[in-house]
Amino acid sequence: MVTASPAKSSRLWDGMSLRQKRVLWAWSFLAVPILFYSVIRFWPTLEAFWLSFTDWNLLRPASFVGLANYIRLVNDPLFWQVFRNTAAYLVIGTPLSLLISFAVAYYLDRVTFMHGFIRALYFLPFLTTAAAMAWVWRWFYQPVPIGVINGFLSSIGIPQQPFLRSVTQALPAILAPAVWAGLGFQVIIFMAGLRAIPSSYYEAARIDGLSEFTILRKITIPLLKPTIVFLVVFSSIGFLRIFDQVYNMTFNDPGGPLNTTKPIVLMIYQTAFKSMEMGYAAAQTVVLFLILLVVSLIQLRVLKDR
Amino acid sequence: MRFKKMIAGLAFGVSVLAANAASAVEIEYWQYVFDSRVKAMDQLIQKFQAANPGITVKHTTFPYAEYQTKVAATVSAGQGPDVVQLFYGWVDGFIAGKLIQPLPKDAFPHDKIEAEFFPIVTAMKRNGEYYGLPTAVRSLALFYNKKAFQAAGLDPNKPPQTIEEFVAAAEKTVKRDGSGNIVSEGFAMDMAGQDHQWWREVLVRQNGGVPYTDNDRKVAYNNEAGLKALQFYVDLQNKQKVGQLGFMDEAQAAFKGGLAAMTIDGTFRLGAFNAIKSFEWGVAELPAANGVRSNYASYFANAITGKAQGEKLDAAKKFLAYVSSPEAMEIWLKAVGELPARRSAALTQENLSNPIYGPFLKGLEYAHTTLFVDEAAQRQVAIDMVNRVLIQKQDPKESLAEAAKAEQAIIDRAAK
Amino acid sequence: MTTAPLSAHGARRGFPVRPGRIITWTLLFLGGLVMVTPILFMLSTSLKDASQVYDLRLIPEAPSLDNYVTVLSDGRFLRWFINSLIVAVCVTLSNVFFDSLVGYTLAKFNFRGRYLVFIAILSTLMIPTEMLVIPWYLMASNFGWIDTYWGIMFPGMMTAFGTFLMKQFFETVPDEFLEAARVDGLNEFTIWWRVAMPLVTPALSALAIFTFLGNWTAFFWPLIVTNSRDLYTLPVGLSSFAVEQAIQWEMIMTGASLATIPTLIVFLLLQRYIVRGVMLAGLKG
Repeated sequence: MVTASPAKSSRLWDGMSLRQKRVLWAWSFLAVPILFYSVIRFWPTLEAFWLSFTDWNLLRPASFVGLANYIRLVNDPLFWQVFRNTAAYLVIGTPLSLLISFAVAYYLDRVTFMHGFIRALYFLPFLTTAAAMAWVWRWFYQPVPIGVINGFLSSIGIPQQPFLRSVTQALPAILAPAVWAGLGFQVIIFMAGLRAIPSSYYEAARIDGLSEFTILRKITIPLLKPTIVFLVVFSSIGFLRIFDQVYNMTFNDPGGPLNTTKPIVLMIYQTAFKSMEMGYAAAQTVVLFLILLVVSLIQLRVLKDR
Repeated sequence: MRFKKMIAGLAFGVSVLAANAASAVEIEYWQYVFDSRVKAMDQLIQKFQAANPGITVKHTTFPYAEYQTKVAATVSAGQGPDVVQLFYGWVDGFIAGKLIQPLPKDAFPHDKIEAEFFPIVTAMKRNGEYYGLPTAVRSLALFYNKKAFQAAGLDPNKPPQTIEEFVAAAEKTVKRDGSGNIVSEGFAMDMAGQDHQWWREVLVRQNGGVPYTDNDRKVAYNNEAGLKALQFYVDLQNKQKVGQLGFMDEAQAAFKGGLAAMTIDGTFRLGAFNAIKSFEWGVAELPAANGVRSNYASYFANAITGKAQGEKLDAAKKFLAYVSSPEAMEIWLKAVGELPARRSAALTQENLSNPIYGPFLKGLEYAHTTLFVDEAAQRQVAIDMVNRVLIQKQDPKESLAEAAKAEQAIIDRAAK
Repeated sequence: MTTAPLSAHGARRGFPVRPGRIITWTLLFLGGLVMVTPILFMLSTSLKDASQVYDLRLIPEAPSLDNYVTVLSDGRFLRWFINSLIVAVCVTLSNVFFDSLVGYTLAKFNFRGRYLVFIAILSTLMIPTEMLVIPWYLMASNFGWIDTYWGIMFPGMMTAFGTFLMKQFFETVPDEFLEAARVDGLNEFTIWWRVAMPLVTPALSALAIFTFLGNWTAFFWPLIVTNSRDLYTLPVGLSSFAVEQAIQWEMIMTGASLATIPTLIVFLLLQRYIVRGVMLAGLKG
């Protein structure tokens, strides 16, 4: 691993103290990773910031345009629409998926009969490929005569719903498979968290005659705090970066109808790789970065303090 | 770090594999993925290689959605294709980025091009130079399901000729269930398909307007003609209720599945529709309205990229000449259904009397070609315009004005 | 849902059958069935022919594998499958090696700059990949990595999440073990590889599972960096396949099933390890 070339360096090596040797080992272990993180993470980050101040478009060399891209972004009604959509994915998706998965985990934890089987049922969607399942869901949402959900609704006398062809229903319709796919993971994490709570806490509470709801509120949830923080941050980041489902479910009118389902990552993709406006897209990525940063910091602050 | 080496080795191995070990001149050809086009091009390449043993052609394809970007990115990095297929509407961007070079006049004399090809090839001419030549051109027509016509009591050999007959036929063939849901469309509506072209270059003109002026740099449909055209289109869903946007996801899927009696589509769809076994279908010219017929024609051209130099340029010239030859056009017509770009190859008695190619060829005579600056974005404007009316119940007049404004902004931005 | 008895721990020991518990069980079971319904519909439709697709019954009238034969016979699916496998395996091996090497170094070595390196690596967690995609794309096209396996893989060869996870685990390994090995005269690399690594195998398997799954289903970057159909990974191939199929749902469902079935099989075989891996990653991550 170390440049252990012939005589001279070998003597140098022998002359070192044990501590020095260990430091050398440490840096040699870190050499490739440091190179990797510098070239593949930090340098591109700086480059993204730099590009966001240019008008680079793949065809012409980049030239510095100052804040022009950011000014354009702020004045672009599409950006604000996309911003609202992304926020909607986050504020509907995160609480909804956490509530469902907590309820499932909480009750599943007490079930012994076919426990593994039921857990597997909830977990399976987590193993599917979002790009593949998006097409399955897209099919479900079709109007009659081919759509499964509308076929079911019609058969019980409920009028068919437009789903992906509606400006109000499309976003929840796309969110559903994203929530669906993530539930299994969250259930498992919640169950791990529940099991980490020592049973003596519960026994003491029972002796005190606390109601079940009180126990849930006063013991279970506070002790699950680390798990909840982890899941909130983890799933928020996931919903803020939603792309696969939207791209595949609205392929013919990406982010449509009327941009009501377009999340910021799809806007970035279209700006960069369809309109080829790399500078403008870079500015959007910087904004996404800031949003993620702010959301994570707020969540950590709020959830840690309480 | 053995692992790292392994990865590097693997990457290297893959690139070597990809680069092919042939000693002859290898040129690369790119086009977008469309099954019948890919097969046709494979066939052409095979013939070309047999006739030119010193040249091999590597054929690479991508999804349409990413195609333009991939070409731009790789060619500007000095890699990628030597001969590339591009939509006629992209030519300005490609020239500005120096992605393609003018066709050498020795191999492609201008007087011959202009004498032998349909006049729409001039869309590839800039500053006295041609930048590409098409193998085939495409126009639109009305496809109709003969079985559905017959079942509705219509003559399966008399497709609608006028817009009134078209609406009447759609009303007769549409089927609904007890709650009024459409279960089989009279006309398959699909703005994201070809309907936006129909609206722009056909319906607007038939209502007495023009979609653009000033070499397609000024939007001109925000007036009475545009409004009538839009109203006609949205009425198909709202008033006559003969179709429904999003039904079966795509118009072509509805037609192919036998759940739409009519659809408007292009020559390029013939390959896919030829696979239909459960019913017979026919093709008619786009319906006339107010005595006006119109059509939309477009094409993909093949061009030589800036990367091709020296012996690769010579090979690229030969290949381009071959794929624009009458022989190649005939193969393309059979495999893809797109019409030959040379008059002599297209306007044969055989083609004109062909019940399928005939209507498309007739359409070509009075067709218009929109000079898009950003086809995807301009299409999106039309999609949104209709969606605002159909989904958000916006007043068509407002929606039209909004669309005109948005499209003008796209054109102005591109012109900068 | 209300009368179910108290804690998990009580429940797991005793076995009294009460009405509340039966209701809980039934609701959970029905919920589970709803969860797998999309997967079942996908599988069922992949066994139907085009004329039966509109028949929305779950159990096909005349199940047949014809769609699979059609889809597999053109060979592309197999190719995409292998591409995904190559990419996911290589990236997983790289992560298992480097993330644990770095995690170990940060956990068990004392040197100036250690904290800085740790914070620097951890800070990359805050950078969304989407932000790096444009520079990566530029980098890939400058170095000729577009449309190569390496181009698909390079951004994910190491991750801060994996490094952090492994650091947490190596911190629980007692120093005495390592000291004993040092006294035996083993060099530091051997100590890490032979002594420390075997002590954290559960963590390694968790890391491996996550990395593999993440790369197996990855869509955004492979979509951008691949050009030719021969280099698509399974998700990208499937998406393009769905578009090309011009909305023939039975074919799309067959493709989607082909992308899903392998992971389902692996899950059924390794269920216990996978669930434990997820729990570990969740608790320590």
